[in-house]
Amino acid sequence: MSGITLPSTAASAVAPAVPAPVRKSRRRRLDWTGLVYVAPALVLVVGFFLVPLCMTAWMSLHNWPLMGNPRWIGTANYKALWSDYNFWNALLFTLRYTVAATAGLMLVGLALALLVEKPRRMAGFYRTAFFMPVVIGFASASLLWAWLSNVDSGLFSALAQALGLTEGRVNLLATFEPAFWSVTIMVIWKMAGFYMVILMSGLQAIPPDYLEAARIDGAGFLRRFRHITLPLIRRPFALALILCVSGSMLAFDHFYIILAGGPQNRTITAVYWIFNQSFVSFRLGYGAALSMVLLAILVVLSVIQLRLLRDREDAR
Amino acid sequence: MTRAAEPSLPDRARPRRSGIPLHAALFHLTAAVVAALFLAPIVLVVLASLRPASEAGAPPLPPWPTTGLSTESYGRLEAFGDGLLHYAGNSLFVALGTTILTILVSVLAGYGFSRFRFPMKKLAFVLILSTIMIPFQSILTPLFLILAKLGLQNTLTGLILLYATLQLPFSVFMMRNAFDAVPKEIEEAARVDGVTGLRMLVFVMGPLILPGIVSVGLFAFLNAWNEFLAALVLLTDQSRYTLPVLMNAVRSGRYGAVDWGAVQAGVTVMMIPCLLLFLTLQRFYIRGLTAGAVK
Repeated sequence: MSGITLPSTAASAVAPAVPAPVRKSRRRRLDWTGLVYVAPALVLVVGFFLVPLCMTAWMSLHNWPLMGNPRWIGTANYKALWSDYNFWNALLFTLRYTVAATAGLMLVGLALALLVEKPRRMAGFYRTAFFMPVVIGFASASLLWAWLSNVDSGLFSALAQALGLTEGRVNLLATFEPAFWSVTIMVIWKMAGFYMVILMSGLQAIPPDYLEAARIDGAGFLRRFRHITLPLIRRPFALALILCVSGSMLAFDHFYIILAGGPQNRTITAVYWIFNQSFVSFRLGYGAALSMVLLAILVVLSVIQLRLLRDREDAR
Repeated sequence: MTRAAEPSLPDRARPRRSGIPLHAALFHLTAAVVAALFLAPIVLVVLASLRPASEAGAPPLPPWPTTGLSTESYGRLEAFGDGLLHYAGNSLFVALGTTILTILVSVLAGYGFSRFRFPMKKLAFVLILSTIMIPFQSILTPLFLILAKLGLQNTLTGLILLYATLQLPFSVFMMRNAFDAVPKEIEEAARVDGVTGLRMLVFVMGPLILPGIVSVGLFAFLNAWNEFLAALVLLTDQSRYTLPVLMNAVRSGRYGAVDWGAVQAGVTVMMIPCLLLFLTLQRFYIRGLTAGAVK
C-alpha cells in the first residue's frame, strides 16, 4: 500500500525512463479526472457498505432499541449471545442445511455438467433447460415450492397418493425431516444449473487429448474421471464450493417463505434469527452482535476454503 | 481458465467423436427426462395459474385447466391491496432504476480505473471489490437506520441505492475489464480528432463496451427484480411493496385464506420477465457469469 502514496520524486526514481517534470505535471492533471470518474462508486460503497459495516460493530456494543436512545453496554450483547440457545441452534441448523445443500448441489451440478459438456446435437437446449430455474428469483421459486408442497392444493402429496405411494395425503411441511428435505430439494432444483455452468467451464478446458490418451491406454471411465478430470477441475470446483457454502450459510428466503421457521421453529436459519431479533423484536444492538458473529464465521470459512484451494494448487 | 469461458451455452464447433447410435439414444433419453424434471415446476405453475377459480385450490392433477382457460386468478390478484399492476410497477421501477444507476456508476468507475492514474487508486479498487465478501444481510440493521436518516426508509429510491451498491463489485470489475480490452490507439485517434472527456466515453468507447454494459445491466435488473430480504425489511408501507414482498403476504394469508390461484398467478408474473430476458440475452448472461466466476 505504501507505494501508492510515494512522493513523485520517488515514483520517478522507480520509473526512470520517464522524464520527471513531464510525468509530474501530467500526473497532477490526471489525478483529479480519474477520481471524479470513480467518485460515484466510492460514495455508494462507503455510504451503503463501509459506514454500515462500521456501524454494525458500533451498534453491537449498545442496547439499541428502534425508538429511544441507544445505551452503551460494552460486550453485554456478546455475553448474552454466548448463552443464546436459539442462536446456536439456528447456526447448527444452518450448518446442517449447508452440508446437505452443498453435497447435493455439487453432485447434481457435476452430473449435469458431465452429461451435457460435450457438443452434441441438442446439448445447448438441455443446458438451457437445466439453467432456467437459476434465473427465477429465490422468492418466486420458494412461493412455487410452497404451493407444490402444500397438502391440500399442491402436487407432491396428491401425486404420492395417486401413485399409491402413501395412504391418504401426507403433509410434507408438518414434520421436520420431510420439510427440510423438501426445501433442500427445491434449492438443488433451482441452483444446480448454476454450478453446472461453473463446473462445465472447467471440464471444457481439459484438453481432449489427455482423456483420449488415457482411453487408448485402457483406462476406464471411472479411472479417467478420478485421475484426470477431477484433478483438472479443482479450481472451478473449489470456486463452486466457496460460492455454495457462503450462499447456503446465508439462507433465508426459502425457509422464511416456505416454512416460516416451522415445524416447531426448527428450521430457523442464522440470518432468519438475526432478522427476528432485529426487525421483529427490534433489538437492533443484539442483532448487530449476532451479525458480527455470523460475519466472522463466514470470513473464517472462506479463508479455510481459499487455503485449501491454494494448498492443492501448490501440490500440483 | 479463461480459455474455458464459453460466451454462450450453445457450444462452439469442436471436433466431434462419432458415437454409437445406442449411446446417443441413451444420452438423449437421460437428458430429456432430466430437462423435463427441471422445467416441470415452471410449466406447471404457469398452466395452473390459468385455471378458473373453481379449480384453483385443487391439486394440479392434471395441471392444465380442465374446464377452459381463465384469467380469474390474475383478476383476484388485481383485487389485493393496490392491485397487481401497481406492485408490478413498483418492482419494475426498482429493477429499472437499479439497472440504470448500476450502469452509470460502474461505467464511470470502470473507465476511471482502466484509463487514469490517481492517488489511492489501488485502495479504492480493492475497497469496491472486497465488499463482495461481506454479505449485505449482516449490515441490514444499520442500512435501515442510514436510510431512515436520509429520509429514504420505506421508499423505492432507497432500495435502488442499496441494490445498485450491491451490484457494484461485480459491475465495476466487469466494466474495468471491458475498458482494458479496448485498444488505447482508438482513444488516441479520437483525441487527435478533438474528442475529449465524457464525449469520448459515450461516443467512442460506448459502442465498444456495449456487451459488458448489457451483462452488467442484465444482472442488475434480475437481482433487483428478485430481491426479497432487503425489500421485506425496508418497505413497511404496503403500497410500496415489490412483487416478492406482496406475494409473500398473499401466500401467508395476510389477505384472508391463502388463495393458491393468486399465488400461482403472482409467481408467473414474477418469473416470466426473468425467463424472457435470459432467453433473449443468454450469451451476455453466461459471459457475465463466467467472467465473474473465473476472476
